[in-house]
Amino acid sequence: MPTYKAPLDHYRFLINEVFDVAQLARLPGMEDFGPDVISSVLEEAARLAEHEIQPLNLPGDAEGCRYENGTVTTPKGFKQAYDRLCGGGWTGLTAETRYGGQGLPHVAGTAFEEMMSSANMAFGMFPGLSQGAYRAILNHGTDDQKDLYLPMLASGVWSGTMCLTESQCGTDLGLIRTKAIPAEDGSFRITGSKIFISAGEHDLTENIIHLVLAKLPDAPSGVKGISLFVVPKFMPVPNGNAWKAGTRNGVRCGSIEHKMGIKASPTCVINFDEATGWLVGEPHKGMRAMFTMMNAARLGVAMQGLGAAEVAYQNALTYANDRLQGRALKGPAAPAKPADPIIVHPDVRRTLLTIKAFTEGARALSVWVGMQLDIMHANPDPHAKQEAEDLLALMTPVLKAYFTDAGFESANMAMQVYGGHGYIHEWGMEQFVRDARITQIYEGANGIQALDLVGRKLPQNTGRLLRRFFHPVQQFCESNAADPTLAEFVVPVAKALGKLQYATVTVAQKGMANPDEAGAASSDYLRLFALVAMGYMWARMAKGATEKRPQAGERAPFSPARLRTARFFMARVLPEAEMRFRQVMAGGKSMMDMPADEFAA
Amino acid sequence: MKILVPVKRVIDYNVRIRVKPDHSGVETANVKMSMNPFDEIAVEEAVRLKEKGKATEVVAVSIGPAQAQDTLRTAMAIGADRALQILADGDIEPLAVAKILKAVAGREAPQMVILGKQAIDDDSAQTGQMLAALLGWPQATFASTVEITEDRVLVTREVDGGHQTLELTLPAVVTTDLRLNEPRYASLPNIMKAKKKPLESLPVAEFGVDTSPRLTLVKVEEPSVRQAGKRVQSVAELVDKLRNEAKVI
Ligand SMILES: Cc1cc2nc3c(=O)[nH]c(=O)nc-3n(C[C@H](O)[C@H](O)[C@H](O)COP(=O)(O)OP(=O)(O)OC[C@H]3O[C@@H](n4cnc5c(N)ncnc54)[C@H](O)[C@@H]3O)c2cc1C
Repeated sequence: MPTYKAPLDHYRFLINEVFDVAQLARLPGMEDFGPDVISSVLEEAARLAEHEIQPLNLPGDAEGCRYENGTVTTPKGFKQAYDRLCGGGWTGLTAETRYGGQGLPHVAGTAFEEMMSSANMAFGMFPGLSQGAYRAILNHGTDDQKDLYLPMLASGVWSGTMCLTESQCGTDLGLIRTKAIPAEDGSFRITGSKIFISAGEHDLTENIIHLVLAKLPDAPSGVKGISLFVVPKFMPVPNGNAWKAGTRNGVRCGSIEHKMGIKASPTCVINFDEATGWLVGEPHKGMRAMFTMMNAARLGVAMQGLGAAEVAYQNALTYANDRLQGRALKGPAAPAKPADPIIVHPDVRRTLLTIKAFTEGARALSVWVGMQLDIMHANPDPHAKQEAEDLLALMTPVLKAYFTDAGFESANMAMQVYGGHGYIHEWGMEQFVRDARITQIYEGANGIQALDLVGRKLPQNTGRLLRRFFHPVQQFCESNAADPTLAEFVVPVAKALGKLQYATVTVAQKGMANPDEAGAASSDYLRLFALVAMGYMWARMAKGATEKRPQAGERAPFSPARLRTARFFMARVLPEAEMRFRQVMAGGKSMMDMPADEFAA
Repeated sequence: MKILVPVKRVIDYNVRIRVKPDHSGVETANVKMSMNPFDEIAVEEAVRLKEKGKATEVVAVSIGPAQAQDTLRTAMAIGADRALQILADGDIEPLAVAKILKAVAGREAPQMVILGKQAIDDDSAQTGQMLAALLGWPQATFASTVEITEDRVLVTREVDGGHQTLELTLPAVVTTDLRLNEPRYASLPNIMKAKKKPLESLPVAEFGVDTSPRLTLVKVEEPSVRQAGKRVQSVAELVDKLRNEAKVI
């Protein structure tokens, strides 16, 4: 059975030594959430994840969800664990206090998402999707809709879904066929069939609130003709100060998919048959509303990638210390034993360190970006708000695609450490690989994230978003380049940043003349971008690990392991930036010249 | 009724303990610390008694370094109403702890003190008993159930060979065993509330107790590694090995 320990030390290091998380507590409304409170919250979250959620992961995968007559049964123990989550207030961790949430900073929320994903990715999807529904209604719903749905979603008594995909459209939502016909009372009758709807039907909550993309009768064609609706499984009826589930709406689950991973998360066909729904936001502006939901959800999916890598790493590390096989190349390391533990072998070390360099760097990046969410929400200064929003918009596709690609690669590498045993179910490693794979696909396939970065985020406001990233990196490099202990980290990052800036100009120029050039460069460009961001994080962590601060408690901030991992990152991971740079610069001609029929030649 | 719950900050039970190279103790630098698990059970029990309406106030107390504040906040997140921190550095032996607690009991006048049967760091299992003796109160150790009736407390104890039930008059000292209850997960609102509950810090000097150690620690060693087993070919060989190698017969 695989095990899991939440990376609390790493979070404490990031919160106390690398980032000024204390600044969040100076924002209005956030006074109660200093780093110490965030630490205590994460500690309790870790206990829940380790003792209640993680033990359900492997059996949940074996059992899966069951479909019968329109109802879905989740694996044993899921309901109890879910109730415990609700009882502790965890489903409303970052939800607004006026809607019954706990109002904690998003930094704590993203950390919690990592822990949930490591412990049990399929389980974590239930509260995760409710979050998405919560955000969409919060940002675009009417006051009545907010008062009705938000407290029920924050408390976890009801759950949410996002219903976008149909059989003929996933990426290109302009092709949606689901119809919404206005009724006399101001509501709408929704009819159509959605597929692949996560948590579309289950037995954890008394009601399920679907957020559905559909077209009004007068809708223009394409994405400009899509509207967003809220469609509850049961009609809400008042119940004292709250609401309860009333009569059944015309929403039914037709079947669930048999699939590669996250088997404990039901992926449903949801049929709407003249179901009653209400418009959220303005007519035909559904895509905009959906994007609010998707931006938060994309960060959540990024954390799933990181979470899978982390838990796979922890187990691979234990195994590498236990498994005796072969001898160290320079002579036995454990002569008393029949063979050396495989962690002596350079190739096993390369594998482990590649994962470690990813998880720690990515975690730092998630804290940095998570803080932008908090600044955006709570900072009264419009300039600071805008800056945070820009950086967030820029980094979201980078984190989504890079964390999930590298997360899957990491889980796969961790499985390799187990040799043949990694391929066997009971060790749990193959499940991490299977579960992680979907993160590269849903919430916008990673190729689409790359297009979002190159096509939308780069040109936005004549490159203003980009400057929000380039400036702090440049500034950090300049002000620390003279520090002899930091030079070994700062110099390679500064060089990679130079390459990224050069590539950016090239992509922008070539893409303007020929959009295929931008598309051809996009995935490699995104990876190059991510590697520079990771380098920046590792340089900052190296700084945090070498500076002794007077206010540090008994936990010495000095950490040789972090410096060594930072060195590995610079020596063995960052060089990939060179390759990506050359791929970007090579342009798209070699792929666009090929006629479609020659692909089969 | 007021309940006093002493809690100790110890190395987390999940941490693999390492002995310092000079054998002067175990490594505590950079090691995760938590509330002693038996004390967590004590806090949980006190809070449950309060929730059942049997107790009116639960006061947590900890004797130790400044960082023991975290442990007290944890106790308040479970449900203790307020906390008392007694600042003391270095090793405080059970007798000194019991004397300080006696002084605290004098100040607070609780009807009951519930504490862990032992702390998992040095496994002394002495504090509760010594405290009861110093206070002249009845004691029930290793409790697996605690029930309050009027001015008495019924305690079931786990003893070799079964269960023993004692009836004590209050005030009394009770120490907890593992099966008394399963401590809850602190809810988010309670974690937040705990930060605002009163926590009073006092220097140990204020209690006039001599805390200097009465024992000298000679040496701390790792348990010896278990030798791998051997398969013997015959009974004769077994007898020979037991007699000449193991020297047990
Ligand atoms: C387990 C699971 C859970 C899911 N949960 C949900 C859910 O809760 N709600 C929901 O609405 N959906 C959900 N989905 C659907 C998921 O979001 C879609 O599958 C995904 O968006 C891709 O759409 P598609 O499958 O139609 O692929 P397609 O859109 O057909 O894409 C196929 C490939 O072509 C590429 N491609 C497509 N268009 C372009 C383009 N313009 N430029 C470059 N490349 C392009 C894509 O990157 C992809 O690699 C889920 C899917 C799965 C498998």
